[in-house]
Amino acid sequence: MFLEIVQLTVYGIVLGSVISLGAIGLSLLYGILRFAHFAHGDVMTVGAYLALAGVAGLGLPMWAAFGLAVAGGVALAILIDQALYRRLRRTAPVILLISSVGVALILRSLVQFIWGPDTQVYTQELQMPMRLLDIKLKSTQLQIVAGTVALVVVLHLFLTRTRMGKAMRAMADNPDLARVVGIDTERVVVWTWAIGAALAVAAGIFLGMDTRLQPTMGWHVLLPVFAATILGGIGKPYGAIVGGMVVGIASELSTMVFPPVYKPAVAFALMVAMLLVRPTGLFGAPR
Amino acid sequence: MSLLEMTGIRGGYGAGDDILKGIDLRVEAGEIVVVVGPNGAGKSTAMKAVFGMVNVREGRMIFDGMDIMRCRSDRLARLGISYVPQENNVFASMTVHENLEMGGFIRRDDFAGQLDRVYDIFPPLKEKRGARAGALSGGQRQMVAMGRALMLEPKLLLLDEPTAGLSPAFTDLIFEKIVEVNSAGVSILMVEQNAKQALGIAHRGYVLALGANRHEDTGANLLANREVADMFLGG
Amino acid sequence: MDLFELFTFAVFFLTLVGIYGILALGLNVQWGMTGLFNIGIAGFFAIGAYTSAIMTTPASSGHVGGFGLPMPVGLVLGVLFSSFIALLVGLITLNLREDYLAIATIGIAEIIRLVLKNEEWLTNGVRGIAGIPRPFAGWFEDPTGVTNLLVVCLVIVMVYAALERGRQSPWGRVMRAIREREVAVMAAGKDIVRFRLESFVLGSAIMGLAGGLYAHFFGFVSPEAFDPMYTTFLIWVMLIAGGSGNNRGALLGALAIWTIWAGTEYLTNRFAPPEFLTRAATVRMLLVGLLLEVILLTRPAGLLPEAHFVARADDRRSTAPGTSDSGDGDD
Repeated sequence: MFLEIVQLTVYGIVLGSVISLGAIGLSLLYGILRFAHFAHGDVMTVGAYLALAGVAGLGLPMWAAFGLAVAGGVALAILIDQALYRRLRRTAPVILLISSVGVALILRSLVQFIWGPDTQVYTQELQMPMRLLDIKLKSTQLQIVAGTVALVVVLHLFLTRTRMGKAMRAMADNPDLARVVGIDTERVVVWTWAIGAALAVAAGIFLGMDTRLQPTMGWHVLLPVFAATILGGIGKPYGAIVGGMVVGIASELSTMVFPPVYKPAVAFALMVAMLLVRPTGLFGAPR
Repeated sequence: MSLLEMTGIRGGYGAGDDILKGIDLRVEAGEIVVVVGPNGAGKSTAMKAVFGMVNVREGRMIFDGMDIMRCRSDRLARLGISYVPQENNVFASMTVHENLEMGGFIRRDDFAGQLDRVYDIFPPLKEKRGARAGALSGGQRQMVAMGRALMLEPKLLLLDEPTAGLSPAFTDLIFEKIVEVNSAGVSILMVEQNAKQALGIAHRGYVLALGANRHEDTGANLLANREVADMFLGG
Repeated sequence: MDLFELFTFAVFFLTLVGIYGILALGLNVQWGMTGLFNIGIAGFFAIGAYTSAIMTTPASSGHVGGFGLPMPVGLVLGVLFSSFIALLVGLITLNLREDYLAIATIGIAEIIRLVLKNEEWLTNGVRGIAGIPRPFAGWFEDPTGVTNLLVVCLVIVMVYAALERGRQSPWGRVMRAIREREVAVMAAGKDIVRFRLESFVLGSAIMGLAGGLYAHFFGFVSPEAFDPMYTTFLIWVMLIAGGSGNNRGALLGALAIWTIWAGTEYLTNRFAPPEFLTRAATVRMLLVGLLLEVILLTRPAGLLPEAHFVARADDRRSTAPGTSDSGDGDD
């Protein structure tokens, strides 16, 4: 039984990595642009499929396809922002929400149109899990966790050591004061989209590596990603990591009691609990 | 030519009613100008109008000879105006040191020198440079807020109720620092609730009521003015 | 196509327009009148449909059933259960930001979808529930389905009339004030949550009603019929296109968008090569999504705009440090 818990926790960390990457981006976008980007899951989907195009279509090695997908995803996100969201920023915030739901659907339909509704995989080879002290772990899963750690470290350095990174943190912290201080908010916005999209693409690819690809993959993981964001506190990227891990591990552990299909429900329950007890999240200011 | 000149400013928030009904304000280089008045007089609003946070429907605003009416905040910062709002005036999740760095954000030059000078003006900040600004006491936060504003080496410093909610000891300290900063060459426009003490350090003062000018005179004269005293200088 | 077929098709078409119109009216109570962002429409729709289905179908070995209750009772139960779930969701989220409600409604819809698919003892899973009695079944034959249409029309008239009455009433005026965030209403604090809750529950009840009608109209329900993305999204587009805040707009939007949706379906079925057909629905969805964005960019108030809907742009720019930002200052 103990072994099962440890095994599930390991799976939870893998899932948590994917969710964290999505949640960090979402949290930054939410904190800086002040809107819940409902298309974030589908950006993950697009990222995963762009990598698929690289691997299956162009025959690239995974790391190259990864880079290609990130570039593509970032370009797409910035394009959507400049063409659409930017013009809606002055209207009521809920218009942006509705718009992002529309974008989610457009992205998903585009993916389904181009690649079809059936599930796909990056590679047909079966992976035999390694065994470390009686714990099963596939090498892709190890890559996912390692990749996530690397990305988080890079992000941390960016946020704490670079001028733009600090500007982003300042804007997430206090947008009015950031403006007063003279920060060019539009530039920060573009950078936020770039980083949010890059992380989402990575999350999507990792999700595809761990499970499989299908057009609704991102939408189905949106709820846990939102849950992680709320758990960690909006605009708190480090909180999002903690939130992601909590959601991931809790979801996996729940399979000891509930059928696996209900994992998103566990995420939802955690989110609801947090909203009831401390709506600003674990790391948000208490109200 | 005055450093800052606001004439006939009329406006309010969004599509709402006019809060300012034709305000005139002037700051000469090197002065400390204090704006006092009862609640709802529009003092803070007048200050926010400089920073484009108010929908100004009529009037003129000239800073250093330039029309700043529709200026964006970053342009104002580059022109040399620094603003310390009354609330939410620090980046709470960032350290004291990072807050000061943010103050110098738009500066392209090496501002390490100014950082040192700010730490000299506010020694407690040097001790606490690694602390999160949000965890500090009210008085310390106010110092961070002012220090941040000074990083720009501004020509004009706008302070919105800098001593609000502070203990008497901190209030005295802040007023002291304001004088110190002013004597180093920074002009100051200050809205204050603590009218008596503020007018005491001011070169000139304005009394606003109901969105319009009521009195304008030197600090000393306003303090001696019977009507002003009756209005609200009780404390 | 002969006259009979044409008539039947028209009846079918209009009945669906009617059902979607009722859904749009329900959403309009939540969004148009109170500004609540519900992305879980499909969930409440499904609850109404499945509750009525379970309660009215004869016994089956696959799932719970056999109550054999008459249709009106089924409908009422569907409405009640929908309202109950809405009450729970509302109590948890309505005193928080509007985007939290949106996320919570997605969550609820997702959970409902999972339950419908997986709890076979209750819902027969993906196989769905068949044999749901049509209205007046057993009384007389109705090959054209026109009685369905009449029932739906009757419900629309009743709901519309009730909502219009509600709008002119003091209750309706408070709702409008809440949506426009008048400060005086804000000062009342706690009561706002109660009004929002009432609006949310009422809207969801109407959606449940639409679900029940849908079940009896089709005679069959399955989880696919309530795919959140299609149902929920289409209703939103209908409301935005028609004019939010506006009951007439809701119905007009339902007609317009469903016409486009069904029209494009007919055209692609007729003219597209067979291998393209499976992709056709995806393309149509893509185009509807683009249509929504175009509407939001160019004419967000829709076909029949409500006077105050498009928020005053000034409000967003004039917030300043030190003022309490209405709604988004709690970070």
